[in-house]
Amino acid sequence: MRYLPLTDTDRTAMLDTIGAPSVDALFADIAPAQYLGGPIEGLPLHATEMAVEKHMRALSQQNLAAGDAPFFCGAGAYRHHVPATVDHLIQRGEFLTAYTPYQPEIAQGTLQMLFEFQSQVARLYGCAVANASMYDGSTACWEAIVMAGRQTKRNRVLIDGGLHPHYVGVAQTMAKFTHAEIAYEPPVVEADAGEEALIARIDETTSCVVVQYPDIIGRVPDLARIAEAAHAAGALLIAVNTEPVALGALEAPGNLGADIVVGEGQSIGVGLQFGGPYLGLFAVRDSKLVRQMPGRLCGETVDADGKRGFVLTLSTREQHIRREKATSNICTNSGLCALAFSIHMTLLGEKGLNGLAAENHRLACLAADKLAAVPGIEVVNEVFFNEFTLRLPVESRPLVRALAEKGVLAGVSLGRLFPDADALANGLVVAVTETTNEADIDALCSALTEELA
Amino acid sequence: MNKPINQSGWRPGTPMASEDAGAHPTVTGNKALMLEEPLIFEIGNAETTGVDLPQAKGDTASRLGSHARKGPIGLPGLSEPETVRHYTRLSRQNYAIDLGLFPLGSCTMKHNPRLNEKVARMPGFADVHPLQPVDTVRGALGVINELAHWLIELTGMHGVAMTPKAGAHGELCGILCIRAALEARGDAREVILVPESAHGTNPATAAFAGYKVEDIPANAEGRVDLEALKARLGPDVAGVMITNPNTCGLFERDMKAISDAVHAAGGFVYCDGANFNAIMGRVRPGDLGIDAMHINLHKTFSTPHGGGGPGSGPVVLSEALSPFGPLPFTAKMSDGIIQLVEEENASEHGHKQAFGRMTAFHGQMGMFTRALTYILSHGADGLRQASGDAVLNANYILRSLDDVLDAPFGKTGPCMHEALFGDAGFAEGMSTLDLAKGLIDEGFHPMTMYFPLVVHGAMLIEPTETESKAGIDQFVMAMRSLAERARAGDEALKTAPHHAPRARLDEAMAARKPRLAWSEPEVAPGSGNYEIPGAG
Repeated sequence: MRYLPLTDTDRTAMLDTIGAPSVDALFADIAPAQYLGGPIEGLPLHATEMAVEKHMRALSQQNLAAGDAPFFCGAGAYRHHVPATVDHLIQRGEFLTAYTPYQPEIAQGTLQMLFEFQSQVARLYGCAVANASMYDGSTACWEAIVMAGRQTKRNRVLIDGGLHPHYVGVAQTMAKFTHAEIAYEPPVVEADAGEEALIARIDETTSCVVVQYPDIIGRVPDLARIAEAAHAAGALLIAVNTEPVALGALEAPGNLGADIVVGEGQSIGVGLQFGGPYLGLFAVRDSKLVRQMPGRLCGETVDADGKRGFVLTLSTREQHIRREKATSNICTNSGLCALAFSIHMTLLGEKGLNGLAAENHRLACLAADKLAAVPGIEVVNEVFFNEFTLRLPVESRPLVRALAEKGVLAGVSLGRLFPDADALANGLVVAVTETTNEADIDALCSALTEELA
Repeated sequence: MNKPINQSGWRPGTPMASEDAGAHPTVTGNKALMLEEPLIFEIGNAETTGVDLPQAKGDTASRLGSHARKGPIGLPGLSEPETVRHYTRLSRQNYAIDLGLFPLGSCTMKHNPRLNEKVARMPGFADVHPLQPVDTVRGALGVINELAHWLIELTGMHGVAMTPKAGAHGELCGILCIRAALEARGDAREVILVPESAHGTNPATAAFAGYKVEDIPANAEGRVDLEALKARLGPDVAGVMITNPNTCGLFERDMKAISDAVHAAGGFVYCDGANFNAIMGRVRPGDLGIDAMHINLHKTFSTPHGGGGPGSGPVVLSEALSPFGPLPFTAKMSDGIIQLVEEENASEHGHKQAFGRMTAFHGQMGMFTRALTYILSHGADGLRQASGDAVLNANYILRSLDDVLDAPFGKTGPCMHEALFGDAGFAEGMSTLDLAKGLIDEGFHPMTMYFPLVVHGAMLIEPTETESKAGIDQFVMAMRSLAERARAGDEALKTAPHHAPRARLDEAMAARKPRLAWSEPEVAPGSGNYEIPGAG
């Protein structure tokens, strides 16, 4: 077995030292009735590297890779080009095979990277402090809701219809157990992001207002206006961003008054990976809120010789110290994805991120104009970044399946995202990134024209 | 008063303060292969980028409305060669499994096979969107089903919730299943019992799920006190959370009796599966009466820890709890086929009682491909051999050190995958921390310290099965020497490590005046007066 270094000679010598007759004897605390005397039957035995690779490759080939088709799927996960440098660097064993940096003297690589990552995220979000990451956007969003409840001592959570329905689902699931009251209605598919109606529903019991920016329809809600109304009622504004590239072109949520800004960082450096592992981003606008924050935090300090160094800090908020009184039960962050994000963001820099955002927006505008010219299709959005919604004359879900058979991945149907909302069945969310080219857009337009004819 | 910072740590080319430079000072602050590296904010700038973008053709009017960004973000950029060098230099300040033995008890730092990495990067896995039409992702669902099949067979359970993102998320999943099952029968119970030796995540999880947490005492052998547990059971107890093998590195001999007693009192049994590596292929939790157990794919099944994640924590469930597992869910159907159940087909597969959704999309797919690759490489025989070697290595360490270190539970029999020692016998003023920092100088990562709480100055050592005898012998030699120094009161240990990239760090200052993001220093770098803002 290629991963097991002990030889039979080693095992015999070690058993001698221990004074045990056999390896099985070391398991004497397991009752004989439950002890398995040999390999579990019906399962395959060990296999060569070649054989395993072949088996896994065959499975992978049953999938249609995004890069092999005109591709327009988004809705919370986006296909961007990840520079080769990113994947090379995250595979350095010193990053890949390190543990959580609990021994800072021999973990400065991870710790300095986390400090840089926190600083990048804080700036991108227009916030004072970001943590060292969470599992993903959906869980970061729920943790923000919990934190707002802790901060405001209120119980009602007002969720905008534009929030990703999976994020809503996570919040609704968790709220059943924590008894938070969730106020949520699915979105109305129209150009107006519905700020006025949302603001009308804020009341004196509202702990927080949760608004996605840009939202699931691709619209860009007026956060400043919502923030003002939320603050007037004593509630916090939680802004959720699922496409960080957008913040290369759009104002940062923290600069518009959002108190907690969370999101999905997958777009930068991480890749699609069928939905995970992804990267939850979490930041607060005002550093006074830091001690209410969940998740790991890395901070600057000095060592005994006076040299600058970094450590995990404020861990009195966390489960391994505080146990049942912790701000969250979370133990892991998404360290390697944070590293990928940070490397990609360092490669981009301000100039690269601005350029990337501009290119995404330009191609999305081009696609929207071309799609608007397809008979029967209406582009819902007036304002968008790299994602917008089409209103089709037919249900979008079967149409998406039919186009997939033609080798075009046309986008995400609102019918799939909102299986219970008939009013949304004809909506199709189309995302366009720098990896999309004009030929892809033309292929989508002609496939749609043909299918709708 | 602010404390001036030695310049050596933050900008190459700056002379090092000579009084701190030790023997043979250098003008750069570097020491041969030990290279000091500044922050990206100190070496990058807003004009540099390491990415070339396509030259935009044509022009379209902006549709950003009134929301366009008005000011700069403040993100530094580096060219590609500078980026490679920055992160390569940082990486060299980390300890890692690839460098040597990483004996963190309860963390299972085993070798991460590189085939796993290669497979995870196959375009059919890495470049697939979670919301593509199902017919275009049959292979991805195949991976989930195949891994689910292995997890169910290895644990003797009924179903598995694949989506939890890490161990603590899995714990939450299991406890929510218990709560949903109790609520479904109209039984509002309020208490979860947790042994004192439990991972901190256990009480935090139970509290997060709305339960009151009560301790279960341990007996003198380091195991759950069965009689005390039985005495506490009653109609208010929703269940127990038990780690088996436990955090003292011992198998809970009474596990079946514990489960039977909890079930008889109407509760459920949650098992923290963090230590499954010790028993994989040796005993099935399902045969011990467990109702729910999370499996850390990043521990037992070798997916990389990555400096603190991502993890992955699928939860296997008994027949009683399976109907409540969150969506998407994987379960064995009456015809023996394992089926992926999602929102749209939950009714047809009898899974209407699912407690909801714990995360967007399908869970940690990138970890599933790696874990399945690991499992297929080992097979049923190799996994059993792995747990055997892990337990053999731990017992070898226990018996190679129990004459120089106090092993509080070492007398009663073998340990499982980890050996537990305490600080009894150390000279006055010497601590577990000192020994651990001395281990750094010897070229090893320290063991888990001060956990479990039931042993004073605890040192929990888990070698895993992927260490050679020669590697363990060297570790034992280092530990014996350090144990003798700690017993003799060697003052040099108090200031260890002496050879690491940094000496002991001032954690109290970091917490007192938290500086959690970079900001421009008021004094220009290089002028010699840089101070940590807020420090002092």
